[in-house]
Amino acid sequence: MSELLQFLFSGVTVGAVYALVALGFTIIYNASDVVNFAQGEFVMLGGMITFAAHAAGLPLPLAAISAIVLTAALGVGMNKLAIEPARGAPVVSLIIITIGASIFIQGAAQIIFGKQIHSYPAFSGDTPIGVAGATILPQSLWVIGGAVAVFIALWLFFTRTLLGRAVLATSNNRLAAQLVGINTNFVMTLSFALSAGIGALAGVLATPITLTAYNVGIAFALKGFAGAMLGGMGNPKGALVGGFAIGLIEALTAGYLSSTYKDAAAFVVILAVLFFMPQGLFGRKSTDRV
Amino acid sequence: MKTTTALATLMALGLTTPALAEIRIGASISATGPAAFLGDPQVKTLEMLVEELNANGGIDGETVRLIHYDDGGDPNKARTFATRLIEDDEVVAIIGGTTTGATMSILSVAEDAEIPFISLAGAIEIIDPVRPFTFKTPHTDRMACQKIFEDIQARGFTNVAMISGTDGFGASMQAQCKEVIGDYGLTLVADESYNPTDADMTAQLTKIRNTAGVEALVNPGFGQGPSIVTRNYAQLGLEIPFYQSHGVASNGFIDLAGADAAEGVRLPGTALLVADILPDDDAQKEIALAYKTAFEDKTGTPVSTFGGYAHDAFLILTDAIGRAGSAEPQAIRDAIEATEGLVGTTGTYTFSPEDHLGLDLSAFRMLEIQNGTWTLVE
Repeated sequence: MSELLQFLFSGVTVGAVYALVALGFTIIYNASDVVNFAQGEFVMLGGMITFAAHAAGLPLPLAAISAIVLTAALGVGMNKLAIEPARGAPVVSLIIITIGASIFIQGAAQIIFGKQIHSYPAFSGDTPIGVAGATILPQSLWVIGGAVAVFIALWLFFTRTLLGRAVLATSNNRLAAQLVGINTNFVMTLSFALSAGIGALAGVLATPITLTAYNVGIAFALKGFAGAMLGGMGNPKGALVGGFAIGLIEALTAGYLSSTYKDAAAFVVILAVLFFMPQGLFGRKSTDRV
Repeated sequence: MKTTTALATLMALGLTTPALAEIRIGASISATGPAAFLGDPQVKTLEMLVEELNANGGIDGETVRLIHYDDGGDPNKARTFATRLIEDDEVVAIIGGTTTGATMSILSVAEDAEIPFISLAGAIEIIDPVRPFTFKTPHTDRMACQKIFEDIQARGFTNVAMISGTDGFGASMQAQCKEVIGDYGLTLVADESYNPTDADMTAQLTKIRNTAGVEALVNPGFGQGPSIVTRNYAQLGLEIPFYQSHGVASNGFIDLAGADAAEGVRLPGTALLVADILPDDDAQKEIALAYKTAFEDKTGTPVSTFGGYAHDAFLILTDAIGRAGSAEPQAIRDAIEATEGLVGTTGTYTFSPEDHLGLDLSAFRMLEIQNGTWTLVE
């Protein structure tokens, strides 16, 4: 029993990180249908900037906030300098631009922050919390809490606010959105800022567990992307469920089968789900009217 | 770098006389890319040593010039750079190949051109079988396994569990360990693995904890993985003796894993890591301490075992050129092979026609982390 509980704890710890990264994908995707492959770099920057600011003497909460703000600003910069000039280009070209941005950010981070692996203290100490013979770190609870909080905020944003609906409208039909008076340029800028901010938050919360280095972004982006695909791209609920599901599948496979096959098991499940439900578990059905 | 650029500019302007006596040494190192962590201190070490050597009059009055390229850990680039070093730059010897992949590329080019090559990579395949012009300075993975198993055996344990990274380093060491474990009368009772980018290994460790009879845990791995394994080990309250590999032999590991979690962890490391606590009569104390001080003063970053490999390669090479009294590749090769009892930061090198590694197990020190710092077990 304590064994199963430990596997579940391991799964939700990892799953919460995936879910947080997956949530970051939703906004930009909803605004523009672009899968932003630089999302992992935002996560890396969240951790790296917090580390650098903390090492420079800022208290941890201030360092974390500065990391989120700076990364959000970088997201805006990326939209203004790389995405907006290519407006009108097909979605595939825009996705390739985000890959370019990702490589650029990674290279710059390597020069600015160095090639070492970094970390900073956990927010509530390192004493494991014991539950029925299994243990979980307090920082895992921070990550899980962060994932749930971001999910609720996003869900409210997309369903309850005018701005959130404007984002969805822009994604649905940019021209029609402009005609009804939505400033689509502003919506794009906002979505990059929010996505980058959420990515940075993921990095801030996860780094005491995962550690960070200039090149961790790709791994985050891949697993987060897989989570988002499994749940249904663009749906916050899907991102949350998909992220946790992948984490749990990995941990249970490692625990009960073999750690050699844990990544494979997760991807087999994703393939199976997408085969029967191409939109993912909670994806919206695309209906194209002719 | 500055001197190299300045020299290159002078040469381009035709201001230096070609007759100037100069020994050209080539290097192809992964200063960037996935192995940058290893290659970065190696480049800095070589630049520092060349500068030092020339300031002290070079080798028999001849200045040494280092020509180095950044292969990014890519074997194809390494091959191109090795060819360029030999054909265009006309170097007399090559140091480099931070990764085993890059080393294997350089090796074939160097062997064809009959240019001595000292590798900085770990795998045993580099010097087994022995190739006439190829030498290497780091220990092999197999030696790290042997050192660990020797210690486990001495403590009277028999049932060993392993948790290894699936990256090149972890996978190679895992395979080597499995080959030699039987020689020490030990049994491998659990064999788990993790992806180097994984964030949590408690599932694997729980499985190991629940395996009957486990007495010791070995973690072949590199990068952030071993730090996370160590934290998870503490999180689960495991108490079996825990061994890390030489892949994480740096102070960074203690910082990342946390001093509390890393308490009692043992690993095979080089003298360089514990230079300041070595007894005064230790043969390696002087050279290890000198390199550590010089490197840390110059770069402001802590010294690493990997930079030490480059230090030793340069030492072996310049020592050989000095003894050969000539900068002809063949003479240098013969002199390297005749190296005997040369004390470096990694160990004491004695090469022979049958042994192009020149180190034995005594070069590894069994270290234990206590109160956030390294202590010698022996």
